[in-house]
Amino acid sequence: MSPFRVPGRGRIDPDRPVAFTFDGKRVEGYAGDTVASALLAQGRHLMGRSFKYHRPRGPVTAGSEEPNALIGTRRGPGRFEPNTRATMQEIWPGLAAESQNRFPDLRFDIGAVNDAAHKVLSAGFYYKTFMWPRGFWDKVYEPVIRAAAGLGKAPSERDPDRYAARYLHTDVLVVGGGPAGLAAARVAAEAGQRVTLVDEHAEIGGTLLSEPQARIDGQAAWDWLAAERDALAGLGVRIMTRTTAIGYYHQNMVGLCERLTDHLETLPEDMPRERLWRVRAARVILAQGALEKPLVFHGNDRPGVMLAGSAQTYLNRFGVRVGDRAAVVTSHDSAYHAAFDLHDAGSAISAIVDVRTAPEADLLAEAERRGIAVLAGHSVTGTAGRLRIASVEVAATGGTGPARKIACDALLISGGWTPSLHLFSHTKGSLAWDAERQTFLPDRITEACHIAGAGRGFWGIGAALRDGAAMGAAAVAALGGEAGARDFEVAADRAGSGESRTELPRGRAAGKSRAFVDFQNDVTAKDLRLAVKEGMRSIEHVKRYTTNGMATDQGKMSNINGLNITAEALGRAAPEVGLTTFRPPYTPTTFGAFAGYHRGDHFEVTRKTPIDGWAEENGAVFEPVGQWRRARYFPQGDEDMDAAVSRECRATRASLGIFDASTLGKIEIVGPDAAEFMNRMYTNPWTKLAPGRARYGLLLGDDGFIRDDGVIGRLADDRFHVTTTTGGAARVLNMMEDYLQTEWPDLKVWLTSTTEQWAVIAVNGPNARKLIAPFVEGADLTPEALPHMSVVACRFDGLPCRLFRLSFTGELGFEINVPARHGRAVWEKLMAAGADYDITPYGTETMHVLRAEKGFIIVGQDTDGTVTPYDAGMGWAVGKNKADFVGMRALMRPDLIAAERKHLVGLLTEDGTTKLEEGAQIVLDPDQPRPMTMLGHVTSSYRSDAMGRPIALAVVMGGRDRMGEIVHIPMEGGSVSATITAPSFYDPENERLKL
Amino acid sequence: MTKFSAFSLLKNAVTGNRGWTEQWPDAEPKKEYDVVIVGAGGHGLGAAYYLAREHGITNVAVIEKGWLGGGNTGRNTTIIRSNYLYDESAKLYDHALDLWEGLSQELNYNVMFSRRGVLMLAHNVHDVQSFQRHVHSNRLNGVDNTWLSPREAKAFCPILNIDESARYPVLGAALQRRAGTARHDAVAWGYARGATARGVDIVQNCPVTAIRRGPDGAVEGVETGRGFIRAKKVAVSAAGHTSVVMESAGVRLPLESYPLQALVSEPVKPCMPCVVMSNAVHAYMSQSDKGELVIGSGTDQYTSYSQRGGLPLIEHTLAAICEIFPTVTRMRMLRKWAGIVDVTPDRSAILGKTPVPGLYVNCGWGTGGFKATPGAAHVLAWTVARDEPHPINAPFTLERFTTGRLIDEAAAAAVAH
Amino acid sequence: MLLIHCPYCGETLPELEFAYAGEAHVVRPDPSTASDEQWRDFLFIRSNAKGPHAERWRHIHGCGRFFNAVRDTVSDRFLATYPAGTPRPDLSLSEDER
Repeated sequence: MSPFRVPGRGRIDPDRPVAFTFDGKRVEGYAGDTVASALLAQGRHLMGRSFKYHRPRGPVTAGSEEPNALIGTRRGPGRFEPNTRATMQEIWPGLAAESQNRFPDLRFDIGAVNDAAHKVLSAGFYYKTFMWPRGFWDKVYEPVIRAAAGLGKAPSERDPDRYAARYLHTDVLVVGGGPAGLAAARVAAEAGQRVTLVDEHAEIGGTLLSEPQARIDGQAAWDWLAAERDALAGLGVRIMTRTTAIGYYHQNMVGLCERLTDHLETLPEDMPRERLWRVRAARVILAQGALEKPLVFHGNDRPGVMLAGSAQTYLNRFGVRVGDRAAVVTSHDSAYHAAFDLHDAGSAISAIVDVRTAPEADLLAEAERRGIAVLAGHSVTGTAGRLRIASVEVAATGGTGPARKIACDALLISGGWTPSLHLFSHTKGSLAWDAERQTFLPDRITEACHIAGAGRGFWGIGAALRDGAAMGAAAVAALGGEAGARDFEVAADRAGSGESRTELPRGRAAGKSRAFVDFQNDVTAKDLRLAVKEGMRSIEHVKRYTTNGMATDQGKMSNINGLNITAEALGRAAPEVGLTTFRPPYTPTTFGAFAGYHRGDHFEVTRKTPIDGWAEENGAVFEPVGQWRRARYFPQGDEDMDAAVSRECRATRASLGIFDASTLGKIEIVGPDAAEFMNRMYTNPWTKLAPGRARYGLLLGDDGFIRDDGVIGRLADDRFHVTTTTGGAARVLNMMEDYLQTEWPDLKVWLTSTTEQWAVIAVNGPNARKLIAPFVEGADLTPEALPHMSVVACRFDGLPCRLFRLSFTGELGFEINVPARHGRAVWEKLMAAGADYDITPYGTETMHVLRAEKGFIIVGQDTDGTVTPYDAGMGWAVGKNKADFVGMRALMRPDLIAAERKHLVGLLTEDGTTKLEEGAQIVLDPDQPRPMTMLGHVTSSYRSDAMGRPIALAVVMGGRDRMGEIVHIPMEGGSVSATITAPSFYDPENERLKL
Repeated sequence: MTKFSAFSLLKNAVTGNRGWTEQWPDAEPKKEYDVVIVGAGGHGLGAAYYLAREHGITNVAVIEKGWLGGGNTGRNTTIIRSNYLYDESAKLYDHALDLWEGLSQELNYNVMFSRRGVLMLAHNVHDVQSFQRHVHSNRLNGVDNTWLSPREAKAFCPILNIDESARYPVLGAALQRRAGTARHDAVAWGYARGATARGVDIVQNCPVTAIRRGPDGAVEGVETGRGFIRAKKVAVSAAGHTSVVMESAGVRLPLESYPLQALVSEPVKPCMPCVVMSNAVHAYMSQSDKGELVIGSGTDQYTSYSQRGGLPLIEHTLAAICEIFPTVTRMRMLRKWAGIVDVTPDRSAILGKTPVPGLYVNCGWGTGGFKATPGAAHVLAWTVARDEPHPINAPFTLERFTTGRLIDEAAAAAVAH
Repeated sequence: MLLIHCPYCGETLPELEFAYAGEAHVVRPDPSTASDEQWRDFLFIRSNAKGPHAERWRHIHGCGRFFNAVRDTVSDRFLATYPAGTPRPDLSLSEDER
């Protein structure tokens, strides 16, 4: 055992040594140690470098509020992470820990030159320089600054770990497993409530773990704790350790992050690394205790300077003396006890420097009994020691007598305690300044929560236990139950009092003092005063100007001291200066925990059609469309997309193509008022559409712009089969429901999404009818009985079917709707039967080409949310005699009937070979200077096999009045000219549909 | 006003930093001003600066209910770009970008405008078509914007995932090299310092409770927490709270205020050289000079003034970030916060005169207000000074919602700002 | 995450089941008589209230119904939810009086 380990002390397991590495060197600790406690047990305090000045630093705390001892940890490939608190990382055999923000190594760091230049690098210095030469900022200065900034290195490999998420509903959620939380949980559980108790540490107990001397109801603290833990378990309390309550959200939802594997030697298979819990609690009890405040004085940041309470924790919980010869400087009674414990464990205490003039007599007596010198009314004026504190310089605050130097290898500091109210702040609960306790306490409560123990300013184990029980009872009462108060008898309790201080009295000029307030960000009291001198009056401004409180401890160590020093500099009371907002998360939380299951294929659902598997097996190249993946083309051999699409187009026009149209949105509209509803939703008239016929429908928003389109079949007087665009299905149904439920609730209509009920197979080409005829029962397929734009319910290969005759290609076409689960079987039968006709499966790209050849628009591609039916050349689809339809009124607005609107037209490049780029802009004069006057843009552009040349659709200002005009499309390599044509290229007379 | 320079820093280093003076004084409101600007964000402070600097109007007060720069100016993810689709937007944002490039020197305050490039990812064919339309339109408008292949995009931002099997594969990206980020607080502070040096009053912690109109309907001044302040002209630039202030003058606006959340990671050494935006999944990321990954999301679904925002959106945003940048899952969120953004139906701003004589409005910037700061402030000052819009903000009227002449960047490309 | 009471299902459920649908009680004018200004007001002008705000939600992953709610936009707290087509409740009255 190392000389700093105290045998028989602490909760580590001396029979289980654990070896890990720090900066490549082997370190041995014990099961139960953190990286920090194990290194301290080796007599080592230096663990990190600060952000700005690269000053050597050691741990100042023993918990998650640690600003200094940040390390990188590694566990094989992909499992590296920066900025981990050495004070929280439990050791396991093989853990590789490394220090950060240093080069070449922790003991000798070149970055420390910044420290020498600290007078230039004062608060906000970067706002005042690096402005010239103009343009140097992002090329020269910024890269240098960026390289110097940052702490650890970012992970550079994919993370092999998984993250999980769960919901939990509980009656009472208790945050914090210290005395207050334990008592609250016990009371609530005994009253029959479902209770969940969470604590961020490896075990519950909180302060009790650091104060084994206390006796509760006659039992030693740790015995009481063990019994209490068993009792809670017996009552069914869910106890979650290594679990941090990270945020308090609306209506009593608390987010928890449970760390499951970072402390384990071997990773259990199937165990996520972390689990995010979204807990909805009827009542929340916040029992998060208090954080000890550092004292602010010149040289308060050297390795070896540590909060007194933390030193006590290292001793009592980990069995580690943080030094052989410790000095203490304090404004609070609690540090005396740390000194006494350390003394009793074998360390020398070189002095207790108390900035107060009259410490409690019994503390003085205790000190005297141990032979510890107490210097009351003294202040620290400086410290010495480069990589470890070596001495502390003290002087009487009255200014009498010379400063004296006291040798030490650790300096315990305490500026009193601040209630931990971060989660409470998340709720927007307000805080009020408590003048007596010199701290902010909870005031107005906005959520169903209680604050218990030190969070309400109750110091000491007994007070915390009693308040915890009272708040537990209050929570029970709020839930309609009954629970009484409970008393506890606590001996050897160490509740004390203290004074709140700003920067301690100095032995030097204010300008020469380097008294750190935010350790990590290297913000000194002087920086805060400079900010005030420069006109920053709000604590928010001071924070942002100096970066005080913006380090990875989120101000846990620095906010209150920063506030007090700022208030002093402003000559105002602290509460008038205000407090910065605590924001979630309570401690930094991995992105992975928030992402949870939503990674990789699970990031977002991928919808696949019943025929998707066939497409995959047959080599389809897919594209994402909305949530769907769709086959884009089916390359054969080494075909590229152009070649495949050209072949697919040719085959379809020559004989037969088959296309999976299952992604089309489908809505069943049923009811006596179905036709009236259709009249009001769509621009087209529907009353006279006979059952068995279909019509192209155009849907606008009430702003008059095109939202969606699709072919709609009338199956019966009271039944329509509506199709929508693939991406628009949900939106359209929502819009229909909105109008139906809230504008026209009198209409008797029911809407049902049937998108996933039907598989839709489109067959197109001159041989389409011949292909399907053998499969169809109960329908006459002759052009007379089933003309273009009609629908019939029949059986297809014995299956119920809705057979549409329609065409999005300009060829004879049918869309076969069969129950989704039979989609693939029907597809395969059609493929087999189609062999005689050279049947060719095609994808979305060919579909796009074929429809563009016919000038059919794709909503979202040829329209963009600013296009009216008239712009798109579809005035014919607008019912002229309707009293109302969605968008009708807006179409009359001045700008929607203006002459200079953009019209959908065709474009044919003059050279007959250049394919225009989609999105390319159209101008009249390609030689004009920039910015150019643009008339419109190319919306769709393809090589057309049928036309033997490229074709394009475009929207062009006043386009319909420019037929035959030549326009120009200026590209990087020169301008392309094109003729404006009607937006239909192939078979404009629709002869091919008449087959 | 102390001039800022490397020399002044060195001089002060020697003299114990005693030479620095107040960057801006905190004023008590006078009884009357020529112009009162409601809202001391970057836009309001900038407008005051340009009123004084370019129009010689110095009897100006900027009235702020909280602390200057404490609203959206200090809560955004600082992305600056100008590669907008419509001519109107491109001109406005490019005007801003021109001003950004000289702003540090103009203000003698380093706003750290960093032209590190903004990469906008296309994840499907529709995105590609839309972004290429932007690239072409921008080129002819003289606005910098280039199309990159997935490989080129990865070369520009090495931590980008361009795996074709990704749920949202990268099919390409639009890159504006001139675009980037700036230090948000410095913009507010620099304008405040420049404006007050020219005689402008900044009144903080003074809520404007109403706008008072005279019998002729024209503006008379503002009622505030510290009493009535008379003003010939009032310009409201109060972001999420604009509706509330304008309502008191009887002007109802097509605005809704939504929470917009943002977050930062713990700081790490440089790992990301540029800004990346993915509109399809609503996630944006860059790395601050301090080393924090700065991440923005889309707005929450419901209107709110709570500055709180919900957990589901953060979960979604970080899931998206982990998809686009798979190496960041073990990075940690340090803090998250929310601003209140005022959104118009066409996602473009309203900047100009109102039906009330002497009352001007600058609002509706949605998620894109920061990047416009110098440009918006500059043309707002012009509009107030001359009682007529600058040609650049002339299209951004309130009337467009009546006529239907929208500047619909959202509909055109489903692009968030 | 908000908790929302669906007046149709009679249950209080998490926000994830619901979709926000904008301000409530915005009346769609008769298109045959509405002026451009009235149509603008219907389409675009919103109260954007800071404080109690009448708004619409749809229980999209539940019963599918649209309903109205009064929510305080400062605290995000729901003050009431009520069926579509019913008037905004007077929240100055106690629940029995409404």
